[in-house]
Amino acid sequence: MPELITYGIVLGSIIALGAIGLTLVYGIIRFANFAHGDLMSAGAYVALFVVTDFLAWVGIPDTNFGPFSFGWRMLIAFPISMVAVACVAIIFDRILYRKLRSKGSGAVIFAMSSLGAAFILRMVILIVWGADSLFYRPGMLRPAMDLPLGIKIRPDQVLIVIIAFSLIIFLHLFLQSTKMGKAMRATADNMQLALVSGIDTERIIIWTWGIGGALAAAGGILYGIDVQLQPSMGWNFLIPLFAAAILGTIGNIYGALLGGLIIGVAQQVSTAFLMPTYKPAVAFIIMIIILLVRPRGIFGGKSA
Amino acid sequence: MELGGFIAYLVSLAIMASIYAVFCLGLNIQWGYTGLFNIGIAGFFCVGAYTSAMLTTPKPTGIYAQYVNQIFGLNLPFVVGLLGAAAVCGIIGFLIGIPTLKLREDYLAIATLGIAETFRLIFNNEHWLANGPRGLMGLPQPLQGIVSAKHYNYIYLIVVVIIMLFIYLLIERAIRSPWGRVLRAIREDEISASMSGKDIFHFKMQSLIFGSMVMGVGGALYAHYTKSISPDVFTPLYGTFIIWVMLMAGGSGNNKGAILGAYVIWGIWIGTSFMTDLLPYTLKARAPYIRFLLIGILLEIILIYRPQGMLGEEKRVSKLLEE
Repeated sequence: MPELITYGIVLGSIIALGAIGLTLVYGIIRFANFAHGDLMSAGAYVALFVVTDFLAWVGIPDTNFGPFSFGWRMLIAFPISMVAVACVAIIFDRILYRKLRSKGSGAVIFAMSSLGAAFILRMVILIVWGADSLFYRPGMLRPAMDLPLGIKIRPDQVLIVIIAFSLIIFLHLFLQSTKMGKAMRATADNMQLALVSGIDTERIIIWTWGIGGALAAAGGILYGIDVQLQPSMGWNFLIPLFAAAILGTIGNIYGALLGGLIIGVAQQVSTAFLMPTYKPAVAFIIMIIILLVRPRGIFGGKSA
Repeated sequence: MELGGFIAYLVSLAIMASIYAVFCLGLNIQWGYTGLFNIGIAGFFCVGAYTSAMLTTPKPTGIYAQYVNQIFGLNLPFVVGLLGAAAVCGIIGFLIGIPTLKLREDYLAIATLGIAETFRLIFNNEHWLANGPRGLMGLPQPLQGIVSAKHYNYIYLIVVVIIMLFIYLLIERAIRSPWGRVLRAIREDEISASMSGKDIFHFKMQSLIFGSMVMGVGGALYAHYTKSISPDVFTPLYGTFIIWVMLMAGGSGNNKGAILGAYVIWGIWIGTSFMTDLLPYTLKARAPYIRFLLIGILLEIILIYRPQGMLGEEKRVSKLLEE
């Protein structure tokens, strides 16, 4: 059981990276972005492209990097992929959602448009990389370390948690102390008030997509390192992401972090009783319970 | 292709398009008239198909039972299968509605998405329920034996079209009644509808259940057409996404548009399969993805440039009003 909880924290920190982006978009741009999971897949696959094709072409050797299952190339690929997916998210906003905003479409039309965007992203991945599972470094032995309480954990997994939490702390500092971060929080709180205070909401929206996309990419890559790359991985993350965001109150990034950890731990612990394929269903059941008992989430007091 | 083969091909195309039209009509009740965002159509598709399959096939016996697990098999007629599928899907719609219909509109979307994925997982993993990933085979077809098996599709096309028209007339009647006008009022402005003394939750619930029942019938019609079903058929792509594109293309809030959209999009979908035959060999295996990419782009274009679809909504709300 302690081992499953540990794995749950690893999975939970990946979910949290996605859920924080989702909850930011939900809170500031105010619609359910069904393409968020597929942004995670996009991040994982862009990193794969950089590691196996681009850096090989440039001529950077993929020598081992400490005790981890990936090489030096990943260190370069990670930020490149985050920036690339941030751009993808912003481009989707420019060509799709901005047009819908200027037409004054309802929130559900945005959600439907994002559903279309999700399928477009997944189809591009399937066309370029095919449907098979892929690895950053196929055939790599991945030895586990022994921790107290009989926990076996791979060095990769320790690093995943460290990277995820570093990114979240970084986001926290950004939102608390920069001007843009404060403007984003103000917009999330009350868009009309932000507008009359002279905040350029279009710029806020671009920043929101950029941050959301970059965090999603990070989550996707970390999942690819931990497990494998699959075109449907992002879609399968969608329900855990929404469950985490709703559990932690929509718009609240600390709630999304906590929600992500709870969902991750619940999913892993459930494998002690259920088939592992039921993990998405576990997230779904938790979400339904939250909707019935406390629809505004753990941190939600005032009306949503 | 010789003429007979070509007509047979058109018939099979028309059967699938008509089955999709039934789903579009069901979705039109929920989305077109009430504004309920259901993106788990595949779940109702799946449950409708499995319910009808288990109601109409006999429980496997003898050596056959070693290979096919099925929790029950009642060997009842086709019509009972359709009604049973509608009833079970209606109950599921009701259960989803309880936690979600009082909340913001996108919660329903997330919940229906979850339920669709969950049903697919259950049918895939629980072998005792309906034979797991191998699915069920040998479903009976109505009016089998009137014509030779080679020409049976003509009969089935007539059956499907009659059921589709019946559902069409039923919805048209319902939507032109005071009940239908309340649904539209809720879609346009919930607060003013509730200030007029309408119980929003109950009307939304009725619309959700009605639409889900129609989708259940669609699932059953599909199951008896292909005669064999397995969980991997009911993917979000074939089971949900394409139906949304059909309704948005045809015109949500218009039942004729829902049917038209199903025929046009299914025609485009099948038509593009001929186009991809021209692709180089290396890309051929990935041709379906290219076609779905085009369908996805089509949806985005419709949402931005023509959200009312081909036909748009009919503004006339009562047969008593002048045109």
